[in-house]
Amino acid sequence: MHLSWIDYFIIAVYCAFVLGVGFKLKKSMRTSLDFFLSGRKIPAWITGLAFISANLGALELMGMAASGAKYGMLTCHFYWLGAIPAMIFVGLAMMPFYYGSRARSVPEYLRLRFDEKTRAFNAITFAVMTVLASGINLYAMALVFKLILGWSIHATILLSALVVLVYTFLGGLTSSIYNEVLQFFLIVFGILPLAVMSVAEAGGWKGLAARLPPGFLHTWSNLGHASANPMGVDWFELVAGLGFVLSFGYWCTDFLVVQRALAAQDMNAAQRTPLIAALPKMFIPFLVIIPGMAAWVVLPHASFLVQGSVDYNMALPLLLARYYPAGMLGVGITALLASFMSGMAGNVTAFNTVWTYDIYYSYIKPGASDEHYLQMGKIATVAGVLISIAAAYVALQFGNIMDYLQLIFSFVNAPLFATFLLGMFWKRTTANGAFWGLTAGTAAAALHYAATVHGWLTYRSEMAGNFDRAICAWTVCFVLTFLISLVTQPREESELRGLVYSLTEKPNYRHLGFLRRPATLAIGVGILTIALNWIFR
Amino acid sequence: MSDGGIGLDIRWPIGLLFSAMGAALAIFGAFFANGQQVWHFWIDLDLWWGLVMLVFGLVMIWGASRAGRQ
Repeated sequence: MHLSWIDYFIIAVYCAFVLGVGFKLKKSMRTSLDFFLSGRKIPAWITGLAFISANLGALELMGMAASGAKYGMLTCHFYWLGAIPAMIFVGLAMMPFYYGSRARSVPEYLRLRFDEKTRAFNAITFAVMTVLASGINLYAMALVFKLILGWSIHATILLSALVVLVYTFLGGLTSSIYNEVLQFFLIVFGILPLAVMSVAEAGGWKGLAARLPPGFLHTWSNLGHASANPMGVDWFELVAGLGFVLSFGYWCTDFLVVQRALAAQDMNAAQRTPLIAALPKMFIPFLVIIPGMAAWVVLPHASFLVQGSVDYNMALPLLLARYYPAGMLGVGITALLASFMSGMAGNVTAFNTVWTYDIYYSYIKPGASDEHYLQMGKIATVAGVLISIAAAYVALQFGNIMDYLQLIFSFVNAPLFATFLLGMFWKRTTANGAFWGLTAGTAAAALHYAATVHGWLTYRSEMAGNFDRAICAWTVCFVLTFLISLVTQPREESELRGLVYSLTEKPNYRHLGFLRRPATLAIGVGILTIALNWIFR
Repeated sequence: MSDGGIGLDIRWPIGLLFSAMGAALAIFGAFFANGQQVWHFWIDLDLWWGLVMLVFGLVMIWGASRAGRQ
């Protein structure tokens, strides 16, 4: 692929805008709350778009297109079975506690509900996970642009890290959220023509059906037995592992996404954030997964061979190269670039918040002035970017990045979801139960992984192993938290108001019109999702 | 849909960025692309998609400036 001057011009316009937004926002960053939570002033449609964009990184886009080429429509379960139900749940059931408790972060909620040690455990694992994810993202970005455009790995890592550093340093979370919204529209405008053209060339839906291997066009029809579908999973593993533990674990407890909703201007906006996000989210498969399937049909199979083995990760860039002329190519590359950079910015802004509020403020220097924490947030931003760069170079040592991400992910979020579920909906859950349950669940995930690596446990596919690991970690955490809670002393009910379902007043939206209530939006999202599952069953 | 007091209505950067990108793309497609044809689709993708992006950008700018005046 070769870029011409117009493509570079478009990329330069984008970079100038991103930096301009940072400079423009600089003067509204007066307090630490402005910097870390955008002063809780952002309207729901913006936090909603940021909520999905924070997750819609380039790795996700390319990975989903690759999965489309590898597994077909089964990949849509990541959206229609996984993400959307979890987003409905976090909006309706969990946001009243997150937003209502005025916690500034997910770990801070854990401290309010349980105690310091549970918070410390989550804050530290989350901080480590985010900077690692940020570094892996940076490394993957450099690798992709090296492969498709021949850009220098070092130059890509350093220049993009610099741009991200400047705008997050200046504008904090607001800057990050604004760029995520820009990125969302860039992805839509940069990829939509490609999606239409690839499917048209493949002969539309009928053409795909005629030329793809059998089973690629269904989401549910072949899940009776693991051997009947290309993913190697059965319906139970899929529903319990992906649909329940992994998706709910990510969308309901990962501070990276939850932080966007915490920046919303009021409770109604916070609750609607994930629900508004769900609307575009359910159509992302048409933008990446189905074009990935079309790539399998229209591209020569030799183009997927990497050092002798089949690798679909480049499906999306290959389609860019196939369809886009100079000019449009610039827009497509900018969309990829933007999603890599805002993915990193999201990680950095979540990291600086957890570091400053949950580690520095709590254990290193409590009681200083707000000015001091704002300064610390800025220092943490610089440190976060520097550690990401270091992590990117460490990631050069590892072969398969996505697996590595999946691994971290199943360690941290899967058991955490059990802790939240019990903590928010069962007032008897105790701090010791939560802490030891979470520790044991995380250890169970690590042991399960070790057993898979050593070959003591074997799976039909890596995906099936990941799903089972998540189920196992969640179950261990849930059962242990439950049992330990029964034999330890619970907290006074008066201390748990606003933190537990049965002791919290539900937000009342009767004064709002029917259409403005979160529940109405949730019902609409639910019906659309069921319809999509039914149509493509 | 105001900026909620954070100092910058997000529709400004979206509108300006997409107007600038769309205009550049459309002008390039119309005058500089030397008949580069999108493979097997008989449209000038740069020109038409550039115009679509331009219109989207202008709508965003219109919304932001209307909200700003209120």
